[in-house]
Amino acid sequence: MTHAVAPNSSVPDRPSWLKRNKLAVAPWIFLIPALIFFAIYVVIPIFQSLWLSLYEWNGLYTADGESTATWVGFQNYAKLWDDPNFWTSLRNNLAWLILYMLAVPLGLFIALFLNQTVTGMRFYKSMFFFPFVISQVVVGLIFGWFYNPDFGVVGTVWKAMFCEETVNILGNATFTCARPVPDILSSPEWATYGIIAAGLWPQIAYCMILYLTGLNNVSADQIEAARLDGAKGWKMLWYVVVPQLKPATFIAIVVTVIGALRSFDMIAIMTQGGPFGSTNVLSHYMYEVAISEYGERYGYGSSVATVLFGIMLIFISYFLWQMYQDEKGLR
Amino acid sequence: MFPRPIEQSSAPVRYGYQAFLPVALILWLLPLLAIFLTSIRSAKDINSGNVFGWPSEFALIDNYTAVFTQSAAAQYMWNSVLITVPTVAISVALACLAGYALAIYKFRVALPLFFLFVAGNFIPFQILMVPVRDMSVQTGLYDTIAGQFLFHAAFQTGFCTLFMRNFIKALPFDLVESARIEGIAEWKIFWYVILPLVRPAIAALAVLIFTFVWNDFFWANVLTQGEAAKPITAGVRALNGQFVNNWHLVSAASLLAAIPPVACFFLMQKHFISGLTMGAVK
Repeated sequence: MTHAVAPNSSVPDRPSWLKRNKLAVAPWIFLIPALIFFAIYVVIPIFQSLWLSLYEWNGLYTADGESTATWVGFQNYAKLWDDPNFWTSLRNNLAWLILYMLAVPLGLFIALFLNQTVTGMRFYKSMFFFPFVISQVVVGLIFGWFYNPDFGVVGTVWKAMFCEETVNILGNATFTCARPVPDILSSPEWATYGIIAAGLWPQIAYCMILYLTGLNNVSADQIEAARLDGAKGWKMLWYVVVPQLKPATFIAIVVTVIGALRSFDMIAIMTQGGPFGSTNVLSHYMYEVAISEYGERYGYGSSVATVLFGIMLIFISYFLWQMYQDEKGLR
Repeated sequence: MFPRPIEQSSAPVRYGYQAFLPVALILWLLPLLAIFLTSIRSAKDINSGNVFGWPSEFALIDNYTAVFTQSAAAQYMWNSVLITVPTVAISVALACLAGYALAIYKFRVALPLFFLFVAGNFIPFQILMVPVRDMSVQTGLYDTIAGQFLFHAAFQTGFCTLFMRNFIKALPFDLVESARIEGIAEWKIFWYVILPLVRPAIAALAVLIFTFVWNDFFWANVLTQGEAAKPITAGVRALNGQFVNNWHLVSAASLLAAIPPVACFFLMQKHFISGLTMGAVK
């Protein structure tokens, strides 16, 4: 660079457009990398999926790069309406949503139990949090094994309670049971609940940690004042402590709702939607439809995804509205 | 403090509580303990049906070595590292910039853009699946490490920006204002004033994103096919098929997959928790 602008040029000091609009331009420069990236991988694909749900497409292209998708309008949705697997999945989503919510009070309960300062408490708190840190794939494998009727923990405990072991001449043990050992994950009625119970394990841990952090901030003065007024136990919890835990409760509900609707890993690991599709949820059913061994059905899959997205959008709007209220309050 | 500190209760309650703690912990972690015991059993125990009782012999080293020598576990682990580390770097870097812009500047679309990032973070993966998979196939990113970390980085940018923006918003704005009065360039304010202050947020996001992405299973299935680019979570499932009835090896592989995020958590607990609460619960 050889050309230097003389600092005292004869032109009257009129700062450049960029200088004058520095505060208007700067944010965009900071934002652009994230926005481009986010648009390519998140925002645009959402609209592509919505659009694709009106097509039938096996994901293939013609030799000259044209997509082979054909327009079918709302036919995918009409098919969905008559698809019993879709309704089973939707019902299971509802079961997940409702039962997963148990994680919030149970997390609070464990947090209250652990909110003490005896020696070693830090260790206990982090060990109780442990299930959340490990992958859901591992949790799914652990529980799949835990529920196994032949050699899992459930099977073993059941045999100890209801079965008699007889050893035949060859030394092989057989069991005669007053009630047959339950095979939770193979039972169309119970499998979903078995998976939800497994899913609750890490989710309770998550809610617990939110509440433990929240409990740290509960105003000691108010507690003392309420104690002087004779409040204790449940009343104290409900009227004095829980209201102060509102931010923690809000986040706990948000992550639990999202977690319930996103449940995929455990189902894929534990039952793959079976037996007979009885444990499918929309997220897993979509995957199964879109990428299955019977060929890809991107359009139909996208229509399942759109329904799930619509359900999530209700919750997302509510969360954003809540956040917007808080933002307004800050000003 | 609520509930009332246990020190103020009578001695039996105090000792009862202290004695009950470890029992509660064992019950809580029972599935994990059971799988750990299984992972150190010998094949003999598994075959003879001793899968729940005390192991007849300990095969800790044998089993864990077997996982590495008899399967592609080492490859999967390494793939996971190659996917998570760039994801963390890219998404946290982008979020520092975007979070700064959204927190410091007052412009009309700041809040809508912020909400866009927040909302993007909550959407179901399935609504992205087909287009992202198709795009990856078209651009040759399907079944590659880069294809996975580029997607994860973009997706996690949503959460990171949410966190970063709130963190920067909570910093005293005077810092920026006085720097502006001094005539310091905007990017210098970002680099020299804000960035040193957001280090705790960077640490929190780094451990959290590392854990999230390490534990990802869905995208590993959508964006990969063979061993070459599969991370450990999808690898563990593949091993589960390969080691049928070798529960001791499956358990060992599962626990190995869990070690990095667990280590991450224990080493950086404080940051981890502040990240999980999204900065909303202090």
